[in-house]
Amino acid sequence: MAEYLTLFIGAVIVNNFVLTKFLGLCIFFGISKNLSASVGMGMAVTSVMTMSSILAWIVYFFVLQPLGLTFLTTIVFVVLTASFVQLLELIIKKQAPALYNMWGIYLLLIATNCIVLAVPLLNVENSYSLMKSIVFAIGSGLGFALAIILMASLREKLAYADVPKPLEGIGIAFILAGMLSLAFLGFSGML
Amino acid sequence: MNTAIMIIVVLVGVGAFFGIVLALADKKFAMEVNPLIHEVEDILPKGQCGACGFAGCAKYAEAVVEDESVPPDLCVPGKAAVAAKVAELTGKKAGASEPKYAHLKCRGTKTAAAMAARYEGVPDCAAAKLVQGGPKGCKYGCIGFGNCVRACPFGALSMGEEGLPVVDKAICTGCGKCVTTCPQALLTLQSFAAPVQVECSSHDKGPAAKKLCQHACIGCGLCLRSCPHEAITIDRFVAVVDQSKCRDCAEPVCLEKCPTKAIQALVRPADGDCDIMKVS
Repeated sequence: MAEYLTLFIGAVIVNNFVLTKFLGLCIFFGISKNLSASVGMGMAVTSVMTMSSILAWIVYFFVLQPLGLTFLTTIVFVVLTASFVQLLELIIKKQAPALYNMWGIYLLLIATNCIVLAVPLLNVENSYSLMKSIVFAIGSGLGFALAIILMASLREKLAYADVPKPLEGIGIAFILAGMLSLAFLGFSGML
Repeated sequence: MNTAIMIIVVLVGVGAFFGIVLALADKKFAMEVNPLIHEVEDILPKGQCGACGFAGCAKYAEAVVEDESVPPDLCVPGKAAVAAKVAELTGKKAGASEPKYAHLKCRGTKTAAAMAARYEGVPDCAAAKLVQGGPKGCKYGCIGFGNCVRACPFGALSMGEEGLPVVDKAICTGCGKCVTTCPQALLTLQSFAAPVQVECSSHDKGPAAKKLCQHACIGCGLCLRSCPHEAITIDRFVAVVDQSKCRDCAEPVCLEKCPTKAIQALVRPADGDCDIMKVS
């Protein structure tokens, strides 16, 4: 149990994907302009990442490894996550229109995002069990949600700040992300 | 050699598997989208202003086609022309939509209104209002940092030399974005038919208001007593014109009587001068 907890906390805070590994930065900067959108994005990423991790785990340990084709992992996972997101979009569009209205636009952004690809890859690289993979994926997703929600809250406040002209918009956002990242680096070595 | 064949088999297999799954899913979860929605969306102005009450033009197009109870004339910027086309496409009846424009209820220009302080913070009306209600002496007046100008999706507003926003009535579509943006709630949507308007919103008592701004309405009630149509009332030291009662007088007495010239005749664009008027 303690092992899972360590893994989970590690994924959420200590090895935060956005702020210490710098993955998923395009959605991190693209969607963090307002709070409600970033909450939606965080939820969408968490769920997609969890489900695609399970799928990728099965494909890796039941297809790629027995056939000795582990060097194909990256390319197979790209196809897998992209197709899976498409499939998920089709399904929730039909089955849960309310959810689709909330997530729809974000799902397509996630389809080929590095953070969604990185988690399944790290899972198999570290030879995590299925249970561990799921915990790691949920943790990473929540870590992403935490980062993007923090960022969105800061950027909403930033609207009232007198930012120098050349730094307006994405410039100041990068500086802000750098400072957030420094803060998160303070957690390193904790686990 | 064996590995090469395996690679081809696995990659083709994975590709084909997901291809087939996606194709099947597309069939199974196919959503019938009414082609009419796209036609209606093409007609709408795409300002994405949300004046119709929906989240953007596409959502309104969907609602007006799918939902019986959504009227076809909700698009304010589109005016009667768009309402008529939407009504035609959806087979609904368009009510007469009255064209409107945004109008500022403040004449506190740089020369007319006294300043209480010099504000050197972020040039933003909402931010300036947080500091003691803004730099102007009159706490009801226009702060003048142009939040409305930035909010206008059509570029109809500009900051005038006098420090007040100027509405270009030929471009203004009456979407109401600026109305909701103004932290002082000074902008109102005005019908093109309205002849006069009180251009002050100060609820300060007469003498105090007069001291802070030359053009303040002091609530003296001269207009109220002189109006032959009883169209004016006083609400907490500001005269309010009831546009449903106000008639187009040839020489409005209220304008003459007002000691501070807070009541102004509204300049209406001449026919042919403005796209909106041509449509209606």
